[in-house]
Amino acid sequence: MSTHTIVSLPDQSTARIPKDNYITRENGLLSWLLTSDHKRIAILYLISITFFFFIGGALAGLIRLELLTPQADLMASDTYNKVFTMHGVIMIFFFLVPSVPATLGNFFIPMMIGAKDLALPKVNLLSWYLYMAGGLLALYTMTVGGVDTGWTFTTPLSTHYVNTNVLTTGLAVFIAGFSSILTGLNFIVTIHKMRAPGLTWFRLPLFIWSNYAASILMVLGTPVLAIAIVLIALERTLGIGVFDPTKGGDPLLFQHLFWFYSHPAVYIMILPGMGVISEVISNFSRKRVFGYTAVAFSSVAIAVFGFFVWAHHMFIMGISNYAVLVFSLLSMLVAVPSAIKIFNWSLTLYKGSITFETPMLYAFGFMGLFTIGGMTGVFLGSSGTDIHLTETYFIVAHFHFVMVGGMLMAFLAGIHFWWPKMTGRMYPEKISQLAAVVTFIGFNLTFFPQFILGMLGMPRRYAAYPPEFQILNVFSTAGATILGVGYLLPVLYLVWSLRYGAIAGDNPWQATGLEWQTQSPPLTENFAVIPIMDHEAYDYEWLEKQQKEKGVTSVG
Amino acid sequence: MNHISPVIWQFLVKWLTNFALLPPEASKIAPQMDALLFFLVLVSLIGLTIVVLLVVSFSILYNKKRHPVAVQVEGSTLLEAIWTIIPLGLFLVIFVWGALIYFRVFTPPANAMNIYVVGKQWMWKVEHPGGQHEINALHVPTGRAVQLTLISQDVFHSFSIPAFRVKREAIPGRYTTVWFEATTPGTYHLFCTQYCGTNHSQMTGDVVVMSPEEYRKWLASSTSGVSLAQNGERLFASLSCAACHNARPDARGPSLANVYGAKLALASGGTVIADDAYLREAILNPSQHITQGYAPIMPTYQGQISEEGVIALIEYIKNLNSDYRIEQTLNSTEMPPGSEGAAKGGVTPAVKGPVTKGTVKP
Amino acid sequence: MLDRSANTAHSAHEGHPPYLRHHFNSTEQQADAAGFAMWLFLLTEVMFFGGLFTAYLIYRNWYYPAFVAGSHQLDVRWGTLNTLVLICSSFTMAMGVWCAETRRRKGLVLSLTLTFILGLGFLGIKTVEYREKIEKHHVPGFHYSLKSFLDPQSDPEIYAEYHDKPLVPDMARHTELYFSLYFLMTGMHALHMIIGIGILGFMILRAKAGAYTAGHVTFVENFGLYWHFVDIIWIYLFALLYLISRHQ
Repeated sequence: MSTHTIVSLPDQSTARIPKDNYITRENGLLSWLLTSDHKRIAILYLISITFFFFIGGALAGLIRLELLTPQADLMASDTYNKVFTMHGVIMIFFFLVPSVPATLGNFFIPMMIGAKDLALPKVNLLSWYLYMAGGLLALYTMTVGGVDTGWTFTTPLSTHYVNTNVLTTGLAVFIAGFSSILTGLNFIVTIHKMRAPGLTWFRLPLFIWSNYAASILMVLGTPVLAIAIVLIALERTLGIGVFDPTKGGDPLLFQHLFWFYSHPAVYIMILPGMGVISEVISNFSRKRVFGYTAVAFSSVAIAVFGFFVWAHHMFIMGISNYAVLVFSLLSMLVAVPSAIKIFNWSLTLYKGSITFETPMLYAFGFMGLFTIGGMTGVFLGSSGTDIHLTETYFIVAHFHFVMVGGMLMAFLAGIHFWWPKMTGRMYPEKISQLAAVVTFIGFNLTFFPQFILGMLGMPRRYAAYPPEFQILNVFSTAGATILGVGYLLPVLYLVWSLRYGAIAGDNPWQATGLEWQTQSPPLTENFAVIPIMDHEAYDYEWLEKQQKEKGVTSVG
Repeated sequence: MNHISPVIWQFLVKWLTNFALLPPEASKIAPQMDALLFFLVLVSLIGLTIVVLLVVSFSILYNKKRHPVAVQVEGSTLLEAIWTIIPLGLFLVIFVWGALIYFRVFTPPANAMNIYVVGKQWMWKVEHPGGQHEINALHVPTGRAVQLTLISQDVFHSFSIPAFRVKREAIPGRYTTVWFEATTPGTYHLFCTQYCGTNHSQMTGDVVVMSPEEYRKWLASSTSGVSLAQNGERLFASLSCAACHNARPDARGPSLANVYGAKLALASGGTVIADDAYLREAILNPSQHITQGYAPIMPTYQGQISEEGVIALIEYIKNLNSDYRIEQTLNSTEMPPGSEGAAKGGVTPAVKGPVTKGTVKP
Repeated sequence: MLDRSANTAHSAHEGHPPYLRHHFNSTEQQADAAGFAMWLFLLTEVMFFGGLFTAYLIYRNWYYPAFVAGSHQLDVRWGTLNTLVLICSSFTMAMGVWCAETRRRKGLVLSLTLTFILGLGFLGIKTVEYREKIEKHHVPGFHYSLKSFLDPQSDPEIYAEYHDKPLVPDMARHTELYFSLYFLMTGMHALHMIIGIGILGFMILRAKAGAYTAGHVTFVENFGLYWHFVDIIWIYLFALLYLISRHQ
């Protein structure tokens, strides 16, 4: 046994990928496109969201290039406005929202609970097609002139004052929304009704709890976004007046409807990532997550509280002072469960046996960056300071810290952690650790200066800015270049590993989850025999006993 | 903030502003807001340090080489309580502190002088009551509370003065207000911070803070000669408002003398204070804001008057403490024949009685 | 949206019914999951309509006289008839579910057919109502006319019933908002009805072939849930849109 890694691979000279697995079971493009196997659907999602991520990333690159100089000299202002709008729309709706749930969630929720598939496999496939339809429509929109309302579609700008493709983009988001609702619905039913015998709620891995909480948000919140988009479409085409003050409507009504979804949306994005972190930290410290119950309940608490804070996006928009009080207080409350998680994860390390493989590096990166991102959320939830900081680069930095420093790092942690299970191959450790460090450095250089820019007052969504802000913008762009490299590397070496990576075996991480007690890659039906749960989650002592009894730590 | 030594505070502020982490403090509320910001940074640093210390020290103490066998620890209710209650307590302190500042920023003092700002794509039009008009600029004196009454002509904009630490959305359809008291002469950035279309990043300007003396000079030199109230009077006449809103006993509308700030009983029941918002609504959506005792016959002026026009009318009404000049406008304005505005029984220009002060119809 | 598992040409093996999907352990689990999924889906529909109801409630509060005038333009007799039609269709649907559960094939086909006809009847009445709105130019965005509200006597039928006073112009224009919400809410509801009727048509054919009376009633039961939900939404719409201040 090595002293600085937990990895345990089978003897490479004799190891083979199992002949019968979900990838080899059927061949041909149609067997993938018409599959009802949750694992194949997860891979379909993985490929498509990676594709959209790089499109969104390219748009980000354009933004940072423009912002190298104070003038709007790289592209016309209108173009810049379209670029940041599409960056937001694609990254949020076509990358972040589906990222962990639709890939890792789809793949592993059934396996973690000992089921053979999700409750509604065909609905799952429909989800993917809806996602692709929305995504392709969004891409099409970019080719016919894009949209420049900002991803927030603020009325009356979006209804009366732009000539760009608001309806098409709105439709793309609407369709993608249904994809999200169906995925969430599927997860909730599966988790409720298809757990293996003996698998009680409090024996579930925390990844399940997090995805469950996120699914509640998906199911209850997304329909309100749908109606907000329908109302915009009607306002724009028929002028029904629901948001037009000259017709007695109220543009603030749109803000309420929009943020009623879009705030829970950020928790939809982060909760599954937090689930990944629980799994990774537990595994690489060989310990049950500290305060399991607290972490489980905190996921639900975030989901519940998350529905009641939406107007903190509207503090200076003319809502009443008393409404501001209420929403500010609730925003402070919603920050507490996240703090609880961070401390519980930290204490999981106590008296553990820690190794620093790539997933763990990403998890550590998450903890630091999410702490900063979360704390800066408190700056914004405090109504007084929000006055100065809102609508500036402080907001941009805040959400990039939680979404990119937090969520994206968690996603990468999860991809690396479960890569051997999904593909049967290990990724190359050294270069992946390098990529993690490069990403961390690049990220901080890109987004930390933006906090300062925000405190100095630089507004967001500006193509041109006063010259005294230039140096911080240059740092930010330099960081973005490094960050880009950090994201490109995993694509390259993960694809490489499909052919040349070491054979991973069943359980290279010696993890306790049910998904690790099967072959890698798994069978189409996941389990030859439905397991019966007779132990708690993260039971490393049980695992040790298993390994002793079976006499093997992995199969070739 | 008073219990931090002023010397240390000045040093910190100078250091911070020299390193340009915050804009210069040029208003009374700025140091208060900076104090909270500073506290937040401190709390964040401490929080981050704790987390980093925990992670780093545990990683060193309990890495696999040093600590090959993990010891299962279920949890600790005490710790859970500690790291729930302490953050909650801190956040609640921050909530109260922040709320205090928020209320301060959005509760103007009674003696604040009012300046109107109309935002449109893509410029700010600043209207001083004395008739000074600025585009993308705002001149204010030090030592005086200034309230900005904002509105947008088209989409959402946001009026931001980082050096004052104030920001407020300019919304189409209703007024929003914010106030500040400038402390340090100088020129500061003015930004539009709510994305508003193509030239959002060009919708910037300068806020010029001057000493009261300089400000008075500036006022005198930049006035257009016609104050907002005078403009309002012109509009009042040209829109034939006086046809109904006069002091005559048979008038179809209430007299507007001294109506600003008064408590009005509405025809729909309930009472309302006749402030800027009410007056604007009464002009643009009159049927819902009819004073008790009057028929709902006032036509809407939506579409016939610009936001600047409404502001001018409001200024006029604000300064109206008698019906004298209304009578004047009645007498001097041509009434189009057969129009709604034609005063009943014709106008008798010859008789001008003594000024009827203080006639307010309920 | 449901797991259409009836009769996938599958020879009975392993002693389980042909309609049991392989990722489920038992038919109970499968039925349980499907029912739960339908309830969840209906919850999302509640949130969806909820956004519209919110907008409606806010504007009705602000512009009550306009909403009253707009509501008077709706014929409460048609509305009541439609409500009765839908309640009856919910009854026939419930009968259908009972028939499926008790394996009465003919009864099931009859119940579903009656539900189908009643559903079509609802849509027919709605068409009549919509046509009237179109003729009177009360469709927002399409030559919307304020005449009936500025001058109620120009609309003798309505005037005879309610004797409305004329609205002032800036209140009258808010009637367009009322009708926007009317068309949006009833239109969204009608869309759900059309989808439901379409599925009913499919179900009648399958019911004739005995698909739902061989022990596998999940589809019928869950569709019943959907149909009752659409009915309940209508009852709220009827109360909110048709019954504003009928007695001045």
